[in-house]
Amino acid sequence: MPDIAIQVQSVTKRFGTKTVLDGICLDVYRGETLVILGGSGSGKSTLLRLMIGNESVDGGKILIDGKNLAEMSEAELTAYRNSIGVLFQSGALFNSMTVADNVALPLREHTDLPESTIEIMVKIKLELVGLREHAHKMPAELSGGMKKRAGLARAIALDPKILFYDEPSAGLDPVTSAEIDQLILDLNNKLGVTSVVVTHEMDSAFRIADRMVLLDRGRFVASGTPDEMRSSTDPLVHQFVHGLAEGPLTDRRRAGGYETDLLGDG
Amino acid sequence: MRAFSRPFVFVGQSAIDFLEMIGGLGLLIMDTARQVRRALVAKRGRRLGWANLWAQMDRVGVRSIPIVSLVLFCIGSILALQMAPILETFGMVSSVADIISVAVFRELGPLVSAIVLTGFAGASIAAEIGTMVVSEEIEALHAHAIDPVRFLVVPRVLATTIMMICITIVGDLAGIIGGMTMSQLFLGVGFEQYRVRTFAILDLRDFVTGLVKAGVFGLLISSLACYLGLAVRGGAQGVGQATTKTVVLTIVALIAVDLMFTAAFYALGW
Repeated sequence: MPDIAIQVQSVTKRFGTKTVLDGICLDVYRGETLVILGGSGSGKSTLLRLMIGNESVDGGKILIDGKNLAEMSEAELTAYRNSIGVLFQSGALFNSMTVADNVALPLREHTDLPESTIEIMVKIKLELVGLREHAHKMPAELSGGMKKRAGLARAIALDPKILFYDEPSAGLDPVTSAEIDQLILDLNNKLGVTSVVVTHEMDSAFRIADRMVLLDRGRFVASGTPDEMRSSTDPLVHQFVHGLAEGPLTDRRRAGGYETDLLGDG
Repeated sequence: MRAFSRPFVFVGQSAIDFLEMIGGLGLLIMDTARQVRRALVAKRGRRLGWANLWAQMDRVGVRSIPIVSLVLFCIGSILALQMAPILETFGMVSSVADIISVAVFRELGPLVSAIVLTGFAGASIAAEIGTMVVSEEIEALHAHAIDPVRFLVVPRVLATTIMMICITIVGDLAGIIGGMTMSQLFLGVGFEQYRVRTFAILDLRDFVTGLVKAGVFGLLISSLACYLGLAVRGGAQGVGQATTKTVVLTIVALIAVDLMFTAAFYALGW
């Protein structure tokens, strides 16, 4: 049986009256690159936030090495968060600090390393993402792709075992997007980290995924290897994977409610 | 039916929003207080960093000193010129020093400094933290196991509270100097006479009650700004709304708290 890093067990999440995730079950295996696919508003970013402990579940549970995330003590949660890295959609750099200080922050906050060692580690991390010569720039001086790479350098500052990526290629040109994908692959191969990637960019997804799951309206509708997904005969999967304008996803949007919307409900 | 119930819904919703804000603000202040002690002394992962506190004090306080001084100098001057004709009818022009010193030390020094600081520090803290929410920086702090309250709120609240007290002292002096200058120039009350009367009327209590108020005002300005900044939702527009709301609510809250303090001091005979 493969080694499981994260177990998501029938997790439900609601915002107000809207159910965003509805009984989700998912196992993340150690060392794999798992891609979570889904359209806008399908709940995939919410699922990622639940897994990093930034949101709490309304039902079900998330187990990290067998331990329930919701029942962790403050110290356990800190230890868990220091063992993961998160690349946010915008990079989420701290705008008041230089790139180098951004990468150094987790090291300064969570280790007793002397400043000289921290400087060396920051250089190593920045070299890994190809930003060493931009260490002293402020985030505002960086392009979108560079911000993401800097965010990635900060995410790997404490040598995490699991990396989470929220839409790593959103808003990037194809070449930069491919570069980021290559970085994800390299980190996976060189450092042996487990990667969880949330995306809707199919090119990127097929490049990096060991396994994919497709999320739709708060439920998983399909899962499999990239090849299985590509050759799936399920109309919904087929439409999403091939990016078609016609299919069950778009039919649903058009169907029903139009007359009542126009004429009112009496 | 709907038109009939609308005012009730509005009043009810406003009351709920208000109570929610008071509760949230209270929790934030409690959390901040809990973290202050260990943030100042503790080791890594908890520490505040003196450099950080220093930077905030500079940003919040040092730069607002010229403006607070100017505003209170003008207020001292205005008071002198406004009071003079009335006092003159009683032949008591030299009492202008008494009135200005008590008014400035007990009331106008802290309050006017606080209002200037609301524009200066409150608005910028709310905008800064609100922007951090929008750009996922707060989430990133959580993901790095860095508590935003310790990392962002504690230094700002401490810096604003300390600097508010310092600025009030400067502002008090500027107000007195304003009154003194006008008295010398236009009212025929000399510097020496003014100084003697000021020292005669003032006692330590006037000074201290003013500074106690100033400290509480500083706490109020910064915690409200942090709270409304952290509560930002929905992009740049949300940040703008939070900034406006911070300034308006803080000024209302300052006056309300000032009234409570003055009433309490009056009842206690201070």
